[in-house]
Amino acid sequence: MYTPELLELIKRVEATRERRLDEEFPLLSADAKQELLEGFHPDYKDEVFSELRVGPSKGERTPTEYARVFEAYSGLDPDGFDLSKVDFDVDVLIVGGGGAGAAAALVAQEQGANVLVVTKLRLGDSNTVMAQGGIQGADKPNDSPAIHYLDVLGGGHYKNDPELAKALVMDAPEALAWLEKLGVMFDKESDGTMITIHGGGTSRKRMHAARDFTGGEIMKTLKDEMLNRDVPLVEFAAVYELLTDGDRVTGAVLYNMETQEYLIVRAKTTILATGGGGRLHVMGFPTSNHYGATADGLVLGYRVGAPLQYLDTIQYHPTGAAYPEQILGLLVTEKVRSIGGQITNTEGDRFVYELETRDVEAAAVIRECLGRKKGVVTPSGQPAVWLDTVVIEKKLGEGAVKARVPAMYRQYERFGIDMAKHPILIYPTQHYQNGGLEINERCETPVPGLYAAGEVAGGIHGTNRLMGNSLLDVVVFGRRAGVAAAAQAAGIKTAGGLGLDHLKNYHAALKAAGVEPTNVSPMLLPEYRRAATVERKIELLA
Amino acid sequence: MAEQMVTIYVMGKPYEVPGDLTIMKAMEYAGYRFVRGCGCRGAFCGACGTVYRTKDDYRLKVGLACQEVVQDEMYLAEIPFFPGNKATYDIEDLKPTADAILSLYPEVFRCLSCNTCTKACPQDIEVMEYIQAALRGDIAKAADLSFDCILCGLCASRCPAEIVQYQVALLCRRLYSRHVAAEAPHLKDRLKEMADGTFNDEMDKLTKMKQADLAELYNNRDMEPRG
Repeated sequence: MYTPELLELIKRVEATRERRLDEEFPLLSADAKQELLEGFHPDYKDEVFSELRVGPSKGERTPTEYARVFEAYSGLDPDGFDLSKVDFDVDVLIVGGGGAGAAAALVAQEQGANVLVVTKLRLGDSNTVMAQGGIQGADKPNDSPAIHYLDVLGGGHYKNDPELAKALVMDAPEALAWLEKLGVMFDKESDGTMITIHGGGTSRKRMHAARDFTGGEIMKTLKDEMLNRDVPLVEFAAVYELLTDGDRVTGAVLYNMETQEYLIVRAKTTILATGGGGRLHVMGFPTSNHYGATADGLVLGYRVGAPLQYLDTIQYHPTGAAYPEQILGLLVTEKVRSIGGQITNTEGDRFVYELETRDVEAAAVIRECLGRKKGVVTPSGQPAVWLDTVVIEKKLGEGAVKARVPAMYRQYERFGIDMAKHPILIYPTQHYQNGGLEINERCETPVPGLYAAGEVAGGIHGTNRLMGNSLLDVVVFGRRAGVAAAAQAAGIKTAGGLGLDHLKNYHAALKAAGVEPTNVSPMLLPEYRRAATVERKIELLA
Repeated sequence: MAEQMVTIYVMGKPYEVPGDLTIMKAMEYAGYRFVRGCGCRGAFCGACGTVYRTKDDYRLKVGLACQEVVQDEMYLAEIPFFPGNKATYDIEDLKPTADAILSLYPEVFRCLSCNTCTKACPQDIEVMEYIQAALRGDIAKAADLSFDCILCGLCASRCPAEIVQYQVALLCRRLYSRHVAAEAPHLKDRLKEMADGTFNDEMDKLTKMKQADLAELYNNRDMEPRG
């Protein structure tokens, strides 16, 4: 429900709507984009970052919240930790039950590998399930992988690893066909033609969708298929440390999140598919991410020697919900803008083309609020601008909002806001980690036996990912990781010994760098309890 | 700003919490740390289905803990898991018919049309309608009606016929997509082009291209109109 004050402000947006209907708003020039990013995007602010003092990417910078989990000791004492009883002995261990993990598991098992999927929450609990807008793929006659590639590179500021970007776009048609065959309910015309729309930074309409539950529908299908094929799975089991033999990853320490028991996995190859780190809340930003997005996989990989790539770039999704407070930070899918939604300031004027790349769009919103002071301030003090959704109804006809973005419509309806009748308030939210562990096109990290796929990996999207390329990424690289890890495992007789020497070395490096022993990671879940409760918490059940 | 505090009963135990919080945030405020019963926190994953009742009302209501705002004197319990039956199948072998549904989930026959499932759906889905559609073999309708299902399981938890509606729904959507909806013709064509190596030379050229040349191409690329 809007307050009377906000309803009053909405009148200004209504007053300009007719004029805006057919208004063409120009794209920014390359120079204007650069100036905007340097002025207002958090990635361009030095105070956001800390330089890493230990590990394979020592000397590089990451957001301070990330640096804190890298520069931390394990909760396990590597001296005397009993690794003698092996609970699972497998070919391929897949850490993470989101889109990348599920794709990897299905494909690796098809290759004949004996796989094990472990996830710290439920199978499917991931950012994949929350991805709404769509999945890219150049499959229309006016499009090509080359045109897609150019969009990916330009959007990523040409920092992308060319081989990874090539793999992304070249595998896209096959990835879509795989999903279609598994029975993902894509939006289609009656003759089977996929309904595709634009996303920010796309030059062709190549966003395929399943209404606005695209990732959810993909995840539900992959999950169902995993259960149908009886893929071995342990839920509520976090990997707390990887195990090594020399420089090779040979398994993992699992932690049963419910019984607090630990279990040992021996694996010939291991795929990290653990997702991102929105729940670290860089600079205190709200996040659109899943509860489990705590960057734990990055820490695991980093401790065994996998370097980071572009972890100094975070994607702030331009349109996070800014009001009501209960849904602060949740995503308002880019699809709302793809189908015609317009962003305006408090005066009802547009100030940026709605489908600029996400970094540019987010910076423009921040500038409008903090720089030009033309934003709205919500009752809780949150800066915001309007996303005029009513204009979609004017353009596409009555009922279009509910039909095209039903999840969004319902989300706002729950709080007494009808998006078809009133605009909504938005502000950037921490959405995606553009960088991650360094991989090659087979998803191999430089650490033998260790693979990474999905958001935990870096380099694919350069320093800014486009909408719809993350769902594509998890499917393409999940499948690639599954193929490669299964193939490598097939050539290995036994996994090797299980040890924590890498952790001893890491701890020694932390100590030498003067890191306080009170810093512990990986973080398995964020802490959202009231501080007053946490302060008085004691453990007496033991 | 003074917070309006309310009393909620989490599995019967009272806690004072700010009245503008969602059930999930209120439970965290009270001191609960979720392992189960919390997932995406944005109404997409179905981890936090919740049953509640308010004072002096015998009726049970449902909601998602991440979306529903607390009320004073709310008695609540999350149902983070429901041990529903899941049939296993090979989607390739099935036909999009009522027979396929009934051979895998014969309990669908037992539907009493009581509509309790629909009342139990936090997504406001016409659950009974899609179960009836599935029973008739109208797979397309069942797929369409059930689309917003997030697999929370509250429907099944309330069903006197022990039907696992959400699994039937997912089966219908997969059947529809695999066996009813036409295959995308352009995707087939593109796969053939990919197999023929149609784009290989162009891609090789692009991956070796210098940044300045890429930028030149990017900044001057033609844009398909948005409309």
